[in-house]
Amino acid sequence: MTQKPKVAFYWCASCGGCEEAVVDLGAKILDVAEAVDIVFWPVALDFKRADVERLPVRSLLVSFINGAIRSHEQEEMARLLRRKSQLVVAFGACAQLGGIPGLANLSTRRALLDEAYLKSPSTVNPDRIFPQVAELDETVRPLDRVIDVDYYLPGCPPVPGIISAAVEALLTGTAPPRGSVLAPDRALCEECPRKDSKPEKLLLASFQRISLAAADETKCLLAQGLACLGPATRGGCGALCIAGNMPCTGCFGPTSRVRDYGAKALSALGASIEATEPEAIDAALDGIPDAAGLFYRYSLAASRLTKERSCR
Amino acid sequence: MPEAYEPKIVAFFCNWCTYLAADLAGTSRLKYAPNARVIRVMCSGRVDPQFVMEAFGDGADGVLIGGCHPGDCHYQEGNYKALRRFHLLKRMVKQMGIEEERLRLEWISASEGDRVRAVIDDMVARLKELGPRRRAPSREEVLVG
Amino acid sequence: MPERIGVYICHCGTNIAGVVDVPDLVRYCADLPGVTVSRDYKYMCSDPGQQLLQADIRDQDLTRVVVAACSPHLHERTFRRALEEAGLNPYFFQMVNIREHASWVHTDRAGATARARDQIRAAVRRVALHRPLETRTVPIHPDALVVGGGIGGIHAALTLANAGKRVYLVEREPTIGGHMAQFDKTFPTLDCAACILTPKMTAVRAHPNITLWTMAEVAQVEGYVGNYRVTVRHKPRYVIEDACVGCLECIEACVFKEGKVPDDFNLGLSRRKPVYLPFPQAVPQVVVIDPERCIEFKTGKCKKTCVEACADRNAIRFDMTERTETIDAGTIILATGYKVFDARRQPFYGYGEYPNVYTAMEIERLVNASGPTGGELRLRDGRAPRVVGIVHCVGSRDVNTNRWCSRVCCMYSLKLAHLIRERTGAEVYSCYIDIRAPGKSFEEFYNRVSEEGVQFIRGKVADVTPAGDGDGRLVMRVEDTLLGFVRQVPVDMVVLATGLEPQEDAAAVRRLFNITCSNEGWFLERHPKLAPVNTFTEGIFLAGCCQGPKDIPDTVAQAGAAAAEAMALIDRAEIELEPNTAYVREEDCSGCKTCIPLCPYGAISFREQTKKAAIQEVLCKGCGTCVASCPSGSIGQNLFEDEQIFEEIEGVLTYA
Repeated sequence: MTQKPKVAFYWCASCGGCEEAVVDLGAKILDVAEAVDIVFWPVALDFKRADVERLPVRSLLVSFINGAIRSHEQEEMARLLRRKSQLVVAFGACAQLGGIPGLANLSTRRALLDEAYLKSPSTVNPDRIFPQVAELDETVRPLDRVIDVDYYLPGCPPVPGIISAAVEALLTGTAPPRGSVLAPDRALCEECPRKDSKPEKLLLASFQRISLAAADETKCLLAQGLACLGPATRGGCGALCIAGNMPCTGCFGPTSRVRDYGAKALSALGASIEATEPEAIDAALDGIPDAAGLFYRYSLAASRLTKERSCR
Repeated sequence: MPEAYEPKIVAFFCNWCTYLAADLAGTSRLKYAPNARVIRVMCSGRVDPQFVMEAFGDGADGVLIGGCHPGDCHYQEGNYKALRRFHLLKRMVKQMGIEEERLRLEWISASEGDRVRAVIDDMVARLKELGPRRRAPSREEVLVG
Repeated sequence: MPERIGVYICHCGTNIAGVVDVPDLVRYCADLPGVTVSRDYKYMCSDPGQQLLQADIRDQDLTRVVVAACSPHLHERTFRRALEEAGLNPYFFQMVNIREHASWVHTDRAGATARARDQIRAAVRRVALHRPLETRTVPIHPDALVVGGGIGGIHAALTLANAGKRVYLVEREPTIGGHMAQFDKTFPTLDCAACILTPKMTAVRAHPNITLWTMAEVAQVEGYVGNYRVTVRHKPRYVIEDACVGCLECIEACVFKEGKVPDDFNLGLSRRKPVYLPFPQAVPQVVVIDPERCIEFKTGKCKKTCVEACADRNAIRFDMTERTETIDAGTIILATGYKVFDARRQPFYGYGEYPNVYTAMEIERLVNASGPTGGELRLRDGRAPRVVGIVHCVGSRDVNTNRWCSRVCCMYSLKLAHLIRERTGAEVYSCYIDIRAPGKSFEEFYNRVSEEGVQFIRGKVADVTPAGDGDGRLVMRVEDTLLGFVRQVPVDMVVLATGLEPQEDAAAVRRLFNITCSNEGWFLERHPKLAPVNTFTEGIFLAGCCQGPKDIPDTVAQAGAAAAEAMALIDRAEIELEPNTAYVREEDCSGCKTCIPLCPYGAISFREQTKKAAIQEVLCKGCGTCVASCPSGSIGQNLFEDEQIFEEIEGVLTYA
């Protein structure tokens, strides 16, 4: 009997949503389980690190690693799995771009720990206990700044459709060239159901915050002054957020033609502002109180700005 | 003996105004600091914020964008797009720990050779005070809120 | 396959070599990845310099070339041509400015050399990513369009027509002639305006190469240099031009016994009937019916005595409608003129309130022999004025209205002062800020008028108020700055020297033709000194006051210049387009429409069939704004691709 291909799933600095996404495959997960041998999956199975260390080099067909690299342990595990795998897939926005944990790079490790364990209003920590202090890196990094990555599955989390398509492609050897993102390479607007309601010549007078707006459920959100990042974001998710009357926040990341998602999204929205005088421009921009949080929500750690940032 | 810090400025100059102004500074033999590296674009509207991120990421201590005065753009409105992007970009890079003076947008018309000199000299002086960007900055200093 | 790059460092005599360490650069570049040849030469732009380059292209199989020398504005074209002659695509070339941007501006040799090194390294990295490009040429349609039938438009049209070009002259009024037709005499020669203008107007009408359309306006302009498609809207005259012989019997026969409609040509100083001829020398010499005032239009129940009077020619047709027509033209000249400043905006001068306050143009009509009073200068009550005051700079040189100097008012005020004195013998007080008399014989004219006894008060008139003597007299209050006190000058009549302004619809017109306006609203020339009749839009030229206030000689000169520019294009028959255009990668475009509103040239449109954006190459000027804005990176720009610029950025910053 031919050996089933071996796969591994691992999570680094993540929320667990990517693990859920695998489970969300529903019935299809049984097909996956049939087709492959999962030899490591901390959230679901009892295999230990030592089991992985015992595996021969490149004996795993593919390791799906989600979460960003934020600690020494995560870096070690990423390197370990890389040695043992033929292919490594950065699974989800955190692994691909640093994800929401990447926003920690707007602050410092010291400030974050102080905030979480000392200063926040609900903390009572008279003994100043800091778990994991020695463990955490100074900055958050996407997976490919630590190990070579073969493929990326975008999304926060990736949607079931692209996960199963990716798994099938990898198992049948029909995946695109190495380094590709396994999702369509055009922006979300193409598949958005509200596309036709977007005016041809849209210039933005101001920005509304979604929490303060009652968005029309049938019209293009950007046309309603909500900062929808659909135009800058890779499609493939079926415009789920738009279906929920929420603007796209960019979790699928950029197309292959864009190097820095946040900067590009800013370029598009910025130039589309109607105002020409500096004061009027600033007034319009007051509707975006947190530009970094908006444009780099998932991709701050992957910004070209921090190309050279040292890891420790 | 370590070299004295000389700030590196990546300057995106629009072909019709600022680049010509820099040429004029040359023909007039004005003298200014050699710290700028000019990248010619046809219009300040071509300057993609990605370029700014790339420049800083590759080690630039400052980024300067030079375009035509509002209303005078050779392509009519390109500089307005640059201005809008710049306002938004300024807010964002400040959050990301880049001091305000490191990113500058200047309107310099083709006849303003002396302004090229003045802006570059001024920017070099300020960047010297700020120090190199590639050192690990004291992040607390530049955090917003 | 790796590129084979040739790097050439120019000494430019000692201009570069005196500051920048050229031998060091040559050594450095030789070691850069991809560089096959690294040389220096005294003068790269010279013939031997270019031949050196070309020999290497052939003998060393170079695929890319970098020249580090002066500004690309000087010699980029030269070297591109050199490459082309050697059989290499001219766009496989990058020029580095190490003279204007380095050796001429840095005293620190090491600093200048370091800068040069970084910029050359960046160019080497960039040029490897250049792609072959073809320069596209488009043909120039031989017909020309002139918009505006004043003296400027007339002269431009005649010049082009005399050169054998076919010209469309489009004028929105029922007759050509513009403002000049309203003048009496022109300064400084005191030529009769109509006498010098009407022969040109007749020449336009008679010229076989000119298609004259009056009552016509440009409705839409599409296309690009050499290939404009212009839609013209013809407003109905209700009279068939070819049938009317200008006998004017219809006017005589009109049911209105006398004119009731204020006559625009005479600025409301006289009245006309609903059917009228704008002025006696109108071209075309065809009457026009005013649908707002004609009884037939308002009630449908007129006796139509005009039609009866025209029975044998049958030229009157009440059923005419507006129609549009589209023409092709290669070049366009805009000569749409100016508007006179509305004196009511300065109520302290009393225009419109006190009967004997007039504007200069009104005086022109009054002193004109074919004007409303047959050339008699009279007050409203019919008496001749004994004292006349002229107020300079009404609506000019004024921070409250228009800051500019309207250039003609001092001279026409002198002229009017002369004419007023000549006709009536009245005392004339001309209140001025400066007397601007710069043109040929202008200063002499000023002296003459001064010697004729016109009195000059150097001061801007503060206000005009009634003298309160029951006689309708007025008082001009002005500070005489030469004498040093405020004077109250009693006058019978005040003449306001109103300035020139851009036409009311200048902003709409400029958008129609895709040109720019200056801050004040005049159409913008490409360069104030070296290209005063060109605009930034290729193929569209300016003549006359639409570009800024000026007098008739300057208008005529500009019109000739514009015609010459147009002729140059027409005779060349084709034009090269800049290759650095943007293009949409259709397979990448998501149809997000972000780019659609960004292009001031209308080059980007949204295609309904594909639901994607598309750029018309011929309309694209290559600014690259859409390229930077495309959120999915689906628009590229020839010669300024993202990857090329990224290489340049990395190149100037990476250390060896």
